[in-house]
Amino acid sequence: MKTRLTAVVALTALLGLSACGGGDSGGSDGPVSLRMTTWSANEAHLKLFDEIAAEYRATHPDVTAITFDPILFESYTTTLTTQIAGGNPPDLAWVLENAAPDFVSSGALVPLDSTLKGTDGYNFDELTPAATKLWQRDGKLYGYPFSTSPFGIFVNTDLVKAAGAKSPAELIAAGTWNWDNAIATASTVASKTGKAGLVVRDFDYKGWDNLSTVWTGWGAQAWSADGKTCGFDAPEMVEAMTFLHDAIFTAKALPGPGTAADFFAGEAGMTITQISRASLLEKQTFGWDLVPLPAGPKGDYSVIGQGGMGVLKKGKHADAAADFLAYLTNPTNSAKLAQFFPPPRTPLLTAETLAKTNPLLKPEQLQQVVIDGIANGVVKPSHSGQAELSQAVRAALDPLWKADADVKGVLDGVCSAINPLLGK
Amino acid sequence: MPVLTDDAAGRVDTRPAPGENPPQRRAWWTSRRRDQLAGLLFVTPQLVGTALFVLLPLGLVVWYSLHEWNVLADTFDFVGTDNYRKLVDDPNLPSVLRSTAYFSVGLVVLNLGLALLLAVLLNQKLRGTVVFRTLFFSPVVVSLVAWTIVWGFLLQDNGGVNGVAGMVGADGPNWLRGEWTAMLSVIVVQVVKNVGLNMVLFLAALQGVPAELYEAARVEGASRWTQFRRITVPLISPTILLTSIITVAGALQVFAQIAVLTQGGPGTSTTVLVYYLYQQAFQFHQFGYGSTLSVLLFAIVLTLTVVQWRMRRRWVFHEQ
Repeated sequence: MKTRLTAVVALTALLGLSACGGGDSGGSDGPVSLRMTTWSANEAHLKLFDEIAAEYRATHPDVTAITFDPILFESYTTTLTTQIAGGNPPDLAWVLENAAPDFVSSGALVPLDSTLKGTDGYNFDELTPAATKLWQRDGKLYGYPFSTSPFGIFVNTDLVKAAGAKSPAELIAAGTWNWDNAIATASTVASKTGKAGLVVRDFDYKGWDNLSTVWTGWGAQAWSADGKTCGFDAPEMVEAMTFLHDAIFTAKALPGPGTAADFFAGEAGMTITQISRASLLEKQTFGWDLVPLPAGPKGDYSVIGQGGMGVLKKGKHADAAADFLAYLTNPTNSAKLAQFFPPPRTPLLTAETLAKTNPLLKPEQLQQVVIDGIANGVVKPSHSGQAELSQAVRAALDPLWKADADVKGVLDGVCSAINPLLGK
Repeated sequence: MPVLTDDAAGRVDTRPAPGENPPQRRAWWTSRRRDQLAGLLFVTPQLVGTALFVLLPLGLVVWYSLHEWNVLADTFDFVGTDNYRKLVDDPNLPSVLRSTAYFSVGLVVLNLGLALLLAVLLNQKLRGTVVFRTLFFSPVVVSLVAWTIVWGFLLQDNGGVNGVAGMVGADGPNWLRGEWTAMLSVIVVQVVKNVGLNMVLFLAALQGVPAELYEAARVEGASRWTQFRRITVPLISPTILLTSIITVAGALQVFAQIAVLTQGGPGTSTTVLVYYLYQQAFQFHQFGYGSTLSVLLFAIVLTLTVVQWRMRRRWVFHEQ
């Protein structure tokens, strides 16, 4: 009797299990519902996506639903991979540039070339090679770089004026918009207004890859182009980091570690961030400007961050998802998306076209920051196994963020920490 | 006909009446079996829950730890004990275990010490003790993440804690950026959050200590300290055992506070075992190795609990 009852209990448990695991296993023949994960919960973004999805469904009755599933930016890649591991992958996903090498090289994404090229009126050749480079492997495209967003400096002109500092616009007009002067302005803002001078957004002494917006001006790089040699101990990097260290601890131009300041809440004179953040300024009461990154010792430069859209191989409806991606990113819809995300299509990359959909930015800002930025920009550091590398760099860089740090010694330490990982 | 009479306890007598042969079909349906079935039905929901959400994942984690599981590449290869060998050779593991030990020891000592002190103070028959009991207990019911985020703001360089320090002329450190201060901050934030729970358990135990024992001790001339050491501590030792087991197990599983406050930094000074396994599995996509670390964590918690349980005979008084 005891064994029989145990068997019943075990059977109940098993039935419960199979009920959990057995649902939602429809093939691709029946009605299709698609899900795309994003890191934007911006209402205007989602509204546009929903509109495009509704138009697509009108001509594709087999697709019953297309949902956009926003995930918190900070934990985006972690959540996405956990969904994949848990057997609940989305059909389409946004992929951050720092996760691109892992997603592209692992085979997690479906190659898109044949679907995109085979779609009437897609004009595949319009995609700029600079934008698609990160998303290709063996000549095939695994992600569509829907957003190629250059970094610029947003300026709170009210704060700069109140501090009596030289504004970036004046410095640009005088041809002296370089890092020394930018830090001088930030330092004056900080000392005169009590607010923060310059904030490297999303850095917060952890997201070190955002510092590439500074060190690229010195010609420094985190690692060599082939990803095999550490660049942190190179003389350019030591010089750039020494400059940054002085700017933080001597000139007090940047808020120190453990101090939060949000430019978009009016708490800082300037911030380095991607131009796609301009939407945060729509309802702002302070005067603002957008300028390119200042010139470094190696001259003018620009840095871009990218977001790609890919189709998950493990998704239930990969073919339908690729077909929707082709629709979402066709020339017409790319033009619509361009109001939020700088597009990779050459004909759309003109100041006039972008101005129509970016009323917040002036044509010269679009030309200087966006168009020139995309053409010459260096993509933020990315590498396969980025998460582990990123963590190792963060931990090894931590000793740098003290007033008495030995910059060269710390940077040598970064290289010893990541060399084994770069060699993998 | 069997005699069916309900007795006082509600049991049914199914014995056959004298002179009748027992019918074969009903023979196994005894009151004992009916009770057994009822009991089993009552515990089934809990059993199913435990099986699904505790035993099954536990088994799966051991199974995963024998595999190299790359989620992105969709590979799941059996590698035997490779992950365990990697564990032994992992250069980061000593520092991770050291941080875990610092955190656990610090938390257990501070938490139990403070909880006992508060309980003894609030066990006095004075006005206002109810207000203080409520105050000290209230953080227990606050959401852990909300609590930690607020403390994150307070502990910033220009945050509330240093603001208060500045008012008394002290120059506070940058709490979350120094190796020792970061660890101390995480411990204190956790102690203040949970000390109320242990305090309530200690209070209940203190109120169970018979007053006449103290009276007798006073008559004998025992000091307050002697009374505490010789009467209070032995009589509440079962509660000390319980709270220390719960607190040690909880300390080894700390995660949210680290994730919110320090992300394991500065350097790797607050990278405790659970945070490290989270990094390996969910950030570095090494689910196989992450599972191996979970097995290690399980072994550590189990060993410490068994040791504490075994040692109870040495120091726990009045065990029932």
